Amino acid sequence: MQISSNVQALAYLVSAVLFIFSLKGLTHPATARRGNFLGMIGMAVAVVATLLGSEVESYGFIIAGVLVGGLIGVVLAMRIQMTAMPQLVAALHSFVGLAAVLVAVGTFLNKMEAGQLNAVLMGELSAGAIIGAITFTGSVIAFGKLQGLISGKPVKFAMQHQLNAAIALVTIALGVHFAMSGSIFSLALMILLALVLGVTLIIPIGGADMPVIISMLNSYSGWAAAATGFTLHNNLLIIVGALVGFSGAILSYIMCKAMNRSIINVVFGGFGSDSGGAPSAGAAAMEKGIRSASVDDAVYWMEDANRVIVVPGYGMAVAQAQHSLKELMELLEERGVEVRFGVHPVAGRMPGHMNVLLAEADIPYDHVLEMEEINPDFASTDVTLVVGANDVVNPAAKDDASSPIYGMPILEAGRSKQVYFLKRSMNPGYSGVDNLLFYKDNTSLIFGDAKETIEGMVSALKGSGH
Amino acid sequence: MPDTLVALYVFVLACFIGYFVIWGVTPSLHTPLVALTNAISGIVIVGALLVTGLESAGSFAEITGFFAVLLASINVFGGFLVTNRMLAMFRKKNK
Repeated sequence: MQISSNVQALAYLVSAVLFIFSLKGLTHPATARRGNFLGMIGMAVAVVATLLGSEVESYGFIIAGVLVGGLIGVVLAMRIQMTAMPQLVAALHSFVGLAAVLVAVGTFLNKMEAGQLNAVLMGELSAGAIIGAITFTGSVIAFGKLQGLISGKPVKFAMQHQLNAAIALVTIALGVHFAMSGSIFSLALMILLALVLGVTLIIPIGGADMPVIISMLNSYSGWAAAATGFTLHNNLLIIVGALVGFSGAILSYIMCKAMNRSIINVVFGGFGSDSGGAPSAGAAAMEKGIRSASVDDAVYWMEDANRVIVVPGYGMAVAQAQHSLKELMELLEERGVEVRFGVHPVAGRMPGHMNVLLAEADIPYDHVLEMEEINPDFASTDVTLVVGANDVVNPAAKDDASSPIYGMPILEAGRSKQVYFLKRSMNPGYSGVDNLLFYKDNTSLIFGDAKETIEGMVSALKGSGH
Repeated sequence: MPDTLVALYVFVLACFIGYFVIWGVTPSLHTPLVALTNAISGIVIVGALLVTGLESAGSFAEITGFFAVLLASINVFGGFLVTNRMLAMFRKKNK
């Protein structure tokens, strides 16, 4: 069976509409799964329409590629731990980038064979290859930083931005030369330089800015798909690329806004993530005039509280404390305590990271509130439990105009009657900024692994009877 | 109107759709959003199929296309499945 190019174009239109509805489904958790399902149908329609078109005539390599790739994808998706989601996403971005480069090269070879090369086509092809290559190596670096294979510290050196600008200019010049001359040498060198650029663009960005990096690379992968669409004169790829590109761009904007920083500031390298030498936690705390509390103290206050708010951060993910938190929540709810979670937009290593981890622990999503929703409630809250978060509750962002994080919107944990910080050590947060909340009268720190501390709370609550 | 200009029209209008649709996404689903857009950007598989499936494709183009199909397939299958896995965990109280 073969379909005409008009039927194929209509099928692509159906597919594009399905993708739009798919993204629209994510407006609410209740419709989100249906949305994802519509996306799958959209993809199936697109692939089948392509295979049935007149241009695809040999299937051997295609079947092999889909089988092997599909199998790898399924295994990855099933095995991956929710805490490792940022790494998986980075890896997947890199695949889109590399695939876009390969499609550009393959298209060039086929068109050269057929003698159909022209300057416009080669210009579009260059755009696809350059964006794809930057996405590829940039995502590989992001993956390395997330997985801990590369240090999360920003790599900075003199004249760095000038160097990046120079590489970018030469890359574009090679693209133009390739478009004019069709020289394979220019194409190869252009791709090589774009690969280098992907690395040099991402290394100066600190590990703390991971949510922005992930969003940006998400955006790039979309633009790479759109550029491929221009090359192939395929409107479906253009539409989908624009949707994905904008999705990533908007997420980058939201993340930057939540840190009160401009995208330029983030891209050109920002805060370090230097955790330096860790002094003994207790001793450092004594020196600084910080109260440390025991698990029993916290339980004593929480048990009789009306309202408790938990503020989770990346530390919760590292300690895998979300499941014990769920148990703690249930025990407190049995005693009539209202327990809710307040999530800062940049908590964790990617947008929405905390929400997924809490959902994984079966904590109902209507207990999990965004920053703007929960901030007015801190003043009427008895106990706030900060689990592995730091900068996002630091009042220095509001009070200290000289602080690097000044102006960043925060969760106003300090306004509740009692604040308990679960901390592993006295190391400052990723921004390297001291947390003013530690020195407040209503704040106490509980040192230790977050998961063990919460398990301690759980057994104390169980032991105290009903 | 030349093809490239039509493509530009489509591109710009699609950007507007993207802008309005994405702002509607609830922040609690931002991780699934990234995973879903990841799966959707696996649409480059269409380009990969066109490169690989061409009857006259040389063997180097075929190999290039094969790897492109493979990588895009990882995205499509991995992306949609992991999104589904995540979304299945989002529940209301008293499920």
